[in-house]
Amino acid sequence: MRNSRALSLGTGLFMLLGFAALLFLTTQTTSRGISFGRKPHYDISAKFDNIGDLKVGAPVSMSGVEMGRVVSIGFDWNAYKAIVVMRIEAQYDKIPTDSDASIYTQGLLGGKFIGLTAGGAESYLKNQDRIDFTQSAFVLENLIGQFLANFAKSTAPAASAEKTQ
Amino acid sequence: MIKDLWSSLSESLVSLGELVRFLLRLIVNVPRSLVRYDLIVEQVYNAGALSLVIIMLCGLFVGMVLGLQGFQLLQRFGSEDALGTATAIGLVKELGPVITALLFAGRAGTALASEIGLMRATDQLSAMEMMAVDPIQRVVVPRFLGGVIAMPLLAAIFSLIGIFGAQLIGVQIMHVDSGSFWSQMRASVDLVDINEGIVKSLIFGVSCSLIAVYEGYNAVPTAEGVGTATTRTVVLSAVITLFLDYLITAMFL
Repeated sequence: MRNSRALSLGTGLFMLLGFAALLFLTTQTTSRGISFGRKPHYDISAKFDNIGDLKVGAPVSMSGVEMGRVVSIGFDWNAYKAIVVMRIEAQYDKIPTDSDASIYTQGLLGGKFIGLTAGGAESYLKNQDRIDFTQSAFVLENLIGQFLANFAKSTAPAASAEKTQ
Repeated sequence: MIKDLWSSLSESLVSLGELVRFLLRLIVNVPRSLVRYDLIVEQVYNAGALSLVIIMLCGLFVGMVLGLQGFQLLQRFGSEDALGTATAIGLVKELGPVITALLFAGRAGTALASEIGLMRATDQLSAMEMMAVDPIQRVVVPRFLGGVIAMPLLAAIFSLIGIFGAQLIGVQIMHVDSGSFWSQMRASVDLVDINEGIVKSLIFGVSCSLIAVYEGYNAVPTAEGVGTATTRTVVLSAVITLFLDYLITAMFL
């Protein structure tokens, strides 16, 4: 009898340890698991010209404080723009309606995230509202292209001026 | 020569078919075996709890090696912060399930095969049949189920200890920032990755346990036959595990 009790205890401990490991893996190593009971939240959307490699699940923050996450990314065939839906925690309910949403990069090689900058309006964003002021992702190739164009423009008159002298 | 090739090919096809038939026979007998659940608990203990020490030890060392190698590699690109992501994804998706299955085949699979093979060799299985006790139901299915239940839990424990091993080397010794180690891991490991690991270890649990009990049950009833069955269990389990691993990974991509 005692033997069978020890055996059950060992098995029970093993099962407990196994499920504890599974629980840890699902909640602590992933971004999703942490919210056990769904926190109250509301959804807002924004249209961007270019979202770069923004992914579903990317953080949405204001002044560096995380307020929510990107829950879906779609495409608007009328405006030919990307529609990003953000889920904001209900405790952050005082985001002005004329706030500005920009896509930034975390570190040099990090992922993209959305940074909100508060506007000055008296009314606040509610569920299903849209942010109108957006700034696209910073695309390195475009920037280099612009830089080269400006460089060519600024050096071309100088070169021709040198010739006339 | 072609005749030889053909006969060996048809031989392996026959044994594959027998393996599948054996699996179906086990599945049909599962409900009746569930009545004697204490037998299954005993086998979960044998396959799981007794493998715990080796799984945890190997997980720790694999994690530590990953931490060391990953740090050396990532340091070249100045992105040591991604160490948490690299080790967690590697462990949860690949190394956890696969190495656990290989260790399981060596630790529990051999024990199952030789135990059942010895029962066959000493006519214990025939004796059960004479007493109108179905040996499949009484001996084989509980061992099979024990392995299937134990494998995903062992793989989860392996991955967990491995991540802590990587953290031990990366954060404590190589001084990767602890905050970015965990937060980058959280940002890039998805539930899909964890699911992939669980699905893999479940399938490996079925394949490794099935091969072990099949080889034991069909062992040639001699001392040599039991030895051969044990060897075949390890070799076949390893090959099938790696083959299935490729298949499942391709399906999840």
